[in-house]
Amino acid sequence: MDSLKADIGRDKVVKIINSVIEKVEAAEDVSRENIYLELKALHDLIEVTRKEISASRASDISGTHIPDATDELDAVVEATEVATGTIMDSCEALTAYADQLDSSHKDYVLSQVTKILEACSFQDITGQRITKVVRSIKQIDEKISALMNVLEDKIPGLPNSPFVDAREGDAKLLNGPQMADKAITQSDIDKLLEDLF
Amino acid sequence: MSVDKNMNVLIVDDYKTMLRIIGNLLKQLGFANVDEATDGSMALQKFKEKTYGLVISDWNMEPMSGLDLLKAVRTLPTNGNVPFIMVTAESKTENVIAAKQAGVSNYIVKPFNAETLKAKMSSVLGDF
Repeated sequence: MDSLKADIGRDKVVKIINSVIEKVEAAEDVSRENIYLELKALHDLIEVTRKEISASRASDISGTHIPDATDELDAVVEATEVATGTIMDSCEALTAYADQLDSSHKDYVLSQVTKILEACSFQDITGQRITKVVRSIKQIDEKISALMNVLEDKIPGLPNSPFVDAREGDAKLLNGPQMADKAITQSDIDKLLEDLF
Repeated sequence: MSVDKNMNVLIVDDYKTMLRIIGNLLKQLGFANVDEATDGSMALQKFKEKTYGLVISDWNMEPMSGLDLLKAVRTLPTNGNVPFIMVTAESKTENVIAAKQAGVSNYIVKPFNAETLKAKMSSVLGDF
């Protein structure tokens, strides 16, 4: 695909246009048929370009893939925050419980709780890293959207059909883990199984 | 000089997890009077209500960053000299220099452990 893209580059368009101009200027060599053939080649080249842009489905990147990716990353941050909160609830409960222990046992429990608390800082660091990645992805999204707007203006009729999942069989069923708003609950599954069997 | 563990300590971070971690570590170190803020502007509001003996702040927060908070604190007519420890994932030389120029008392890079927190607190407050 890269070589094809290279073939249909700007240089080739310029070369064809220059060829047409040269033949028109050398009037004795030019015929309507020659000009037609040159313009037909130019037209074909533009058509190939249009199909290539369509095949790349750049609008899917902006409309589907990037929002899905950022949603998944946001879900990672949220899930780790909830899990870390639960771990720290337990740490605080252990710290309170340690007051009832004798000195040596209390010190041991508190030292272990401290290690757990220190380890929980992973959530802050990973959260910041993921936020940076989401910001970068959104910048790419803006660039692609701007490019698509320009192309749609320059090449009217650019196909913009919705994304079609081409996967088949088991592969088509593997889309988890689902986002909370797109998932069914365990009780829904239990009920569904009861209904099915 | 002994450290008054009843002093008011203000911790500032936009991540609840980090507020809880630092809060719990301070509690284990014996500091019970700990307030929290989630960005610099909220922290400045706290200064209108209380005098603080120590500020432990993140850098990367919105709308007001930890560096801007530090600069604002240093201009306060009272409590402007409060010890201020920056706890941040920003670990480039220019960050440390900028923080120092703004008047930071010490600087901790995330992730950190309880021992580091205690050591940096001791360096600005004295041994405890």
